[in-house]
Amino acid sequence: MVIVDSGTAFAQRSGKQGAGEEVNLQIWHAYRGAEEAALRKVTASFIEVNPDISVQLLPLPYEAFANRLTSAIPRGHGPDVFIAAHERAGDWSRSGLIAALGEDEAPWASYHPITVDAVTFEGQRYAVPLAYKSIVLFYNADMLEGPPATTDEMIALGRAHTDVRQGRYGLVYEAANFYMHAPWLFGFGGEIFSEDGSLGLDGPGVVKSFEFADRLVNEERIVPEEATNSLVSHLFNSGNAPMAISGPWFLGELQEGLNFKLAPLPIVSETGLRARPLMTVEAAFVSSQSKHPEAARQFARFLAEHDAAVVRALEGLQPVATLSAYDDPRVGEHPLLGVFRAQLDATVPMPNDPRMRSVWEPATQALGQVLRGAFAADLALKQATRRVEIYNRPPPERQDGRPLAIGIIVVLLLAIGYGAYVFRRDGIWAKMKKTYPAYVYLAPAIIGLGVLVAVPFVVGSAVSLFSYREGEFTYVGLANFIDIILSEEYGLRDPLSFYYTLAVTVIWTAANVFLHVSLGLFFALLLRDPWIKMRGIYRVLLIVPWAIPNYITALIWKGMFHKQFGAINALLVWLGAEPVSWFSQFSTAFAANLATNVWLGFPFMMVVTLGALQAIPSDLEEAASVDGASRWQRFRHVTFPLLKPALIPAVVLGTVWTFNMFNIIYLVSGGEPDGSTEILISEAYKWAFTRQEQYGYAAAYAVLIFFVLLGYSFFTGQLKGTDK
Amino acid sequence: MKKKSTFEVVVTHLILILACMAVLYPVLWVVKMALSPSQAFSMSLNPFPTEVTLSNFEHLLFHESGGLFFRQLFNSIVVALATTVIGVLLSCTAAYAFSRFRFPGRTVGLASFLITQMFPGVVMAIPLYILLDNLALLNSLTGLILVYSTTSVPFCVWMLKGYFDTIPRDLEEAAIMDGASQWTIFTKVILPLAKPAIVVTALFSFMTAWNEFILAATFLSDEAMFTLPVVLQRFVGDYSTQWGYFAAGAILVSVPVMLLFFRLQKFLVGGLTAGAVKG
Repeated sequence: MVIVDSGTAFAQRSGKQGAGEEVNLQIWHAYRGAEEAALRKVTASFIEVNPDISVQLLPLPYEAFANRLTSAIPRGHGPDVFIAAHERAGDWSRSGLIAALGEDEAPWASYHPITVDAVTFEGQRYAVPLAYKSIVLFYNADMLEGPPATTDEMIALGRAHTDVRQGRYGLVYEAANFYMHAPWLFGFGGEIFSEDGSLGLDGPGVVKSFEFADRLVNEERIVPEEATNSLVSHLFNSGNAPMAISGPWFLGELQEGLNFKLAPLPIVSETGLRARPLMTVEAAFVSSQSKHPEAARQFARFLAEHDAAVVRALEGLQPVATLSAYDDPRVGEHPLLGVFRAQLDATVPMPNDPRMRSVWEPATQALGQVLRGAFAADLALKQATRRVEIYNRPPPERQDGRPLAIGIIVVLLLAIGYGAYVFRRDGIWAKMKKTYPAYVYLAPAIIGLGVLVAVPFVVGSAVSLFSYREGEFTYVGLANFIDIILSEEYGLRDPLSFYYTLAVTVIWTAANVFLHVSLGLFFALLLRDPWIKMRGIYRVLLIVPWAIPNYITALIWKGMFHKQFGAINALLVWLGAEPVSWFSQFSTAFAANLATNVWLGFPFMMVVTLGALQAIPSDLEEAASVDGASRWQRFRHVTFPLLKPALIPAVVLGTVWTFNMFNIIYLVSGGEPDGSTEILISEAYKWAFTRQEQYGYAAAYAVLIFFVLLGYSFFTGQLKGTDK
Repeated sequence: MKKKSTFEVVVTHLILILACMAVLYPVLWVVKMALSPSQAFSMSLNPFPTEVTLSNFEHLLFHESGGLFFRQLFNSIVVALATTVIGVLLSCTAAYAFSRFRFPGRTVGLASFLITQMFPGVVMAIPLYILLDNLALLNSLTGLILVYSTTSVPFCVWMLKGYFDTIPRDLEEAAIMDGASQWTIFTKVILPLAKPAIVVTALFSFMTAWNEFILAATFLSDEAMFTLPVVLQRFVGDYSTQWGYFAAGAILVSVPVMLLFFRLQKFLVGGLTAGAVKG
């Protein structure tokens, strides 16, 4: 038996196996910590029972997971089994990534029926349900005697424990997060999709639930504003909030020694209905391309068998879907698992309707608008509904690809012909022969770039001529471009409009590059003179922002801009100013993004400038200073002109990179308020990943970005190089 | 240089100390989270750790993914160093050609290097995947190295070409008089003089490879082949992140970069050309 989870031991099995075919299963998952350990343990016992099957577990970052499935499976490099949340089952089955499981291919009756429903799409079952996740109420048992049974009780308890000035709140949860809001939505009788499949977002129940959230945050003030996951754990851990709403993952963030308990969410007093959170099922999917489908199914089933489920429940703390696991008293009477089990009866399975993915962004925006008082709930939800409709409008009509193909061929032929003509007219061959060493020097770089950049570039931009829906590409000609450029469905100043976003992007780029270069120059000039002691230390300290992965530092900056708990507002208050709500208006949200990106980017410019300064003979400057030139004059007339040739490439490329700097926007403002701080590239990402995987549309955005940048460098003459 | 007044010295140091404090303030939180026993994101105003433990580091170094850390660190170093070497070699020769030869196709070539940077990565990942699959380079560090070095080449070429342009031609002409070949001039005259720019491009190539995780996580299918950023990114889940581990990892990942910079920075100062070009 081998559990090949390190890959080092790709067991060279000696003859034992005989002539029989070697069965090796690849399993992909994104589990971490205790859940991962439990999975490893269960896998080891699978191999013990099935010595002729070897299993390789591959833990992947959540962020790369879905993308990787769609690129690997169709090309036969995918896993045999992967563990993922159920809500993508619809997409994956339509794109043909997963194989349906027959009536007799798993003991369906042994799993909780709600979880079986969740993995069923259009009458077919697609995965073995392993565990379910939903949010519940966490409360501090030292502060509360027991959990509230109704929302009225919850509010009363909350009031008793709230003291905004002291930073104490009765209840903490991410009020502006639509997923966290869902329990109220269903508790007020609202629905996301109605029975007949139409969108129910602007229904009366949803409106009431939004008003309820508004009441919690702005009237009762028992829930903090701008609550992020970090703030929730901070307040709950520090004893500044007796109640929190979160999911099983929250357990890992709780401090040791905190006397907390779990309880199902309360009943909504206004309706008498239970607050019902969305429920996600983690399930084992069998790939449609698995070379060993029988073994793969066997493995998927094994994970949900009684013994394995008990291990996952007790060691991985997973609320497992296997019914019989709860007969084991260690699971059935578990203080934490029991609560998740009790909550399960009052949950709504996350819709596996592919349209669901396009609901998040508009619904979250609407919630944000209501919470910061920009719009009334009904109006905000009407706008959100319209957005969802825009994201789900039918794809453009299929078009005949021949005219374009012929056009391309004609253009290519003309270009080749013209090239040949110029070639002969100017005697280029002779010139080339004369300078042939240049081509030798260039060849390695050109070949490398030609293969690894040009080819993906052409393929990638060709995608913009297609429309992608459910695993199929349809040729639609220039329809994507026309749609973006005409921007018919929204006004010029709507954040969805290409021109609005373009303007934001241009301002963003200009501001960033200006600040990067000036700060970089400033510090490089300061750190050059040999009379400064410890220059080396300063230099290393100043490049720290560049060295640390920006995923974490960007989020720290976001935390520093928090209205109530952030360091920046604390500084402003200390200086006697009013605290600013940074992410509720465009200018301040933009400034927050800018500050973060300047902090991240100036060290690079500083390093480039330090290098470039070395090309300046110091005697020139000394001569100038002997001639009585002031510091500024020396910089303006001697240093700067000499720096220019080495700086221009960094500035030009810095411009291009900043134009496409996606993750700072994503991590810091997240586009808030209302998507107004998005730049073109983050819009493209949204079309590709949160608005129905419209890859064609996203690629069209990318191509337009390309042309904008090309136009910019053409008009500023940068393409000609830096020669005078 | 003439002597600086005490006032000037004090002011300069004051500015630098304030700048360092402002720059390092957010970093203190990374350190705090790395040293604190909880996996929560720290939101308090106090950037100094209240409890100190090395358990996050211990977990990362010895327990995470079955103790593969040093193996993965080795992968990261191999990938980053190879990317740096290949990237700098390719771009030095190319930049030299652009700077010193006037050949047909020069302008177009230079422009197309810049153009490659303009196409956003969002649509490149899947075509690259297909391409590497066809070249049988999926799931190999070689494939990753090739992709990284070609992404860093355009910047390096532009940067180096700009710098080569500032190196006076008199030096080469003198060498030609002495009967040196084109290649000798390139390796013995130009490259030594361009050290500051080479250091900048090397650092840049290194960083391109060192922190990248999306492509690495898409191409590699074996935990023992992962680079460190992939491992780090694994702490980020869909609902929550294990911040203690992530912060500890972020520090571990950035230390080699700072050491490298500390070693290399002597080439960024010291006025090499100043001595070489007289008259």
